Amino acid sequence: MTDDSIPGTVARPLRVAIIGAGPTGFYAADHLLRQEGVVVEVDLFDRLPTPFGLVRLGVAPDHQKIKSVTAVFDKVASHPRFRFFGHVELGKHLDVDDLRRHYHQILYSTGAQTDRRMGIPGEDLRGSHPATEFVAWYNGHPDFRDYQFDLTQERVAVVGVGNVAVDVARILCRSPEELATTDIADYALEALRGSRVKEVYLLGRRGPAQAAFTNPEIKELGEMADADITTRSEEVELDELTRAGLERSPDRATMKKVEILQSYALRKLTDKSKLLVVRFLVSPVELAGDDTGAVVAIRLARNRLVATPAGTLQPKPTGEMEELPVGLVFRSVGYKGVPLPGVPFNESWGVILNERGRVLDPAGKQPVVGEYTAGWIKRGPSGVIGTNKPDAAETVACMMEDRARGILLRPEAPDAVAVEAMLRQRQPFCFSYGDWRRLDQLEVAAGRSQGRPRVKLTSVEEMAAALVPRHE
Amino acid sequence: MNIASLLASKGVNVVTIGPHDSIRSALSLLAQHNIGALVVVEAQGALVGIVSERDIVRALARTETILVEPIAVIMTRNVVIGTPQDDLVAVSNTMTDRRIRHLPVVEGGRLVGIISLGDIVKAQRDQYQGEVDTLQYQLLREDDMPSGKAV
Repeated sequence: MTDDSIPGTVARPLRVAIIGAGPTGFYAADHLLRQEGVVVEVDLFDRLPTPFGLVRLGVAPDHQKIKSVTAVFDKVASHPRFRFFGHVELGKHLDVDDLRRHYHQILYSTGAQTDRRMGIPGEDLRGSHPATEFVAWYNGHPDFRDYQFDLTQERVAVVGVGNVAVDVARILCRSPEELATTDIADYALEALRGSRVKEVYLLGRRGPAQAAFTNPEIKELGEMADADITTRSEEVELDELTRAGLERSPDRATMKKVEILQSYALRKLTDKSKLLVVRFLVSPVELAGDDTGAVVAIRLARNRLVATPAGTLQPKPTGEMEELPVGLVFRSVGYKGVPLPGVPFNESWGVILNERGRVLDPAGKQPVVGEYTAGWIKRGPSGVIGTNKPDAAETVACMMEDRARGILLRPEAPDAVAVEAMLRQRQPFCFSYGDWRRLDQLEVAAGRSQGRPRVKLTSVEEMAAALVPRHE
Repeated sequence: MNIASLLASKGVNVVTIGPHDSIRSALSLLAQHNIGALVVVEAQGALVGIVSERDIVRALARTETILVEPIAVIMTRNVVIGTPQDDLVAVSNTMTDRRIRHLPVVEGGRLVGIISLGDIVKAQRDQYQGEVDTLQYQLLREDDMPSGKAV
């Protein structure tokens, strides 16, 4: 095969489909479009009409600064060889074979769309929800806008001490005035205005030093307008193993985190109307329900920490139990990816089977020609938004290596127009990046008069209607 | 971050060798796969040791004819084992303290992977790079838009 036969020239661009328009999809597109000496065309698909994935629908509405990363994605989208197709779902409007007909390479960046279960009795009682559903709801995710959460309950448990758990606890504790300046979904703002929540319990299995939240986040929890925060001094004291570990390899951020949490134990409560209690060394073992099947309490086992052979400090029950009366429970104990139809999946880790981003076939462990993955569906949910940039770069490097060696799909119709023709048939209501720019302007304009960053459109119908006469 | 997130994109192949295989065969496996250590498993799959390039170098320096001897002669039997749920930070401390460069990972009694100090360094580098990138970007944006709302 001569070098001319390898796509990547102006006359014959390398055509790449990316599935999932979250940060990783954009970072991958950016790396691909910046390749020197290789002309790449990128089509980015998302099952939702709007781009940016969890930046729009996961990052908390009171954390606008984090969302400013979308300006980077906007720049990527302005590249002449970039296209966005929103509201197009793999497995519904398209399948992998369709993509193989039009692209040389396919990259899956669909993230971790579902939560892990706690695996305890009572988990499915009424009033017990995955935290991600609540997050998607308050952020205006079209699939979750009609969900109901019983905010007449006064006591709420949030299981987990990662970033999502902290977000949920914070949103529950914010005053309506604080939320009213954010881009929280209008219906969620309305529901939270009527909230009767008084006490929120954030529950960690391990100690304060092992909690995943960052110092700015835990500080922020202590600065809310109408919610006090407290910890229990016996739970935020450092255990011997953690202390010894910190002495061997001092870690200033962890020591600061423990210090902040200890200071909360000493804080005097004020007359604020809500209270956030951050608990450590407790594992939920059961949710108790009433006759109607509604959750009324969470049973907790107290823990102490023991070291695994590899050095991780793990919780071990001490045998002491307690019961915490709560009427609403959000679980946030980890996330995992959802298998894509026709793509090999590693069930136990919730990721696409891959090696450095090359999708592997389920049996032979050989790379599948032309298929790649990046982001959370490649490595599992870890890191901050920016972590996906080097992750996507690793995958794109593999894609370029394979291209140079001629290991590519052989699409019968590798052209941009053919894709549009197919989509006109399969999903006439797909959204372009131009459509998104208009929606974005409309949302921001609607927010301006209310002193908010934007007012989100939260249903596909609303979005389509806002674009009339574009969508007839 | 835990070991699972690191193993997730490493593939699922672990190169193993039997305790009765020769040290020479270990050398060719190390070269063929371009790796630094082999997990030693018995026919039934039980993990019985680990052998590293350094173990072989040390043995060779003592006795040049060692290559025909079985792996069992030089392997480390007291293997530190990780699980997919182990923290990367804790594991990297343990590996540094105990001067281990490779850690077999076992889940439910089954060998599911092996990670090296190099893997951990790479994961931590990517994580820090991502954090620095994100923070720098946010700082730049703040400079750009002094009126920008920082919540």
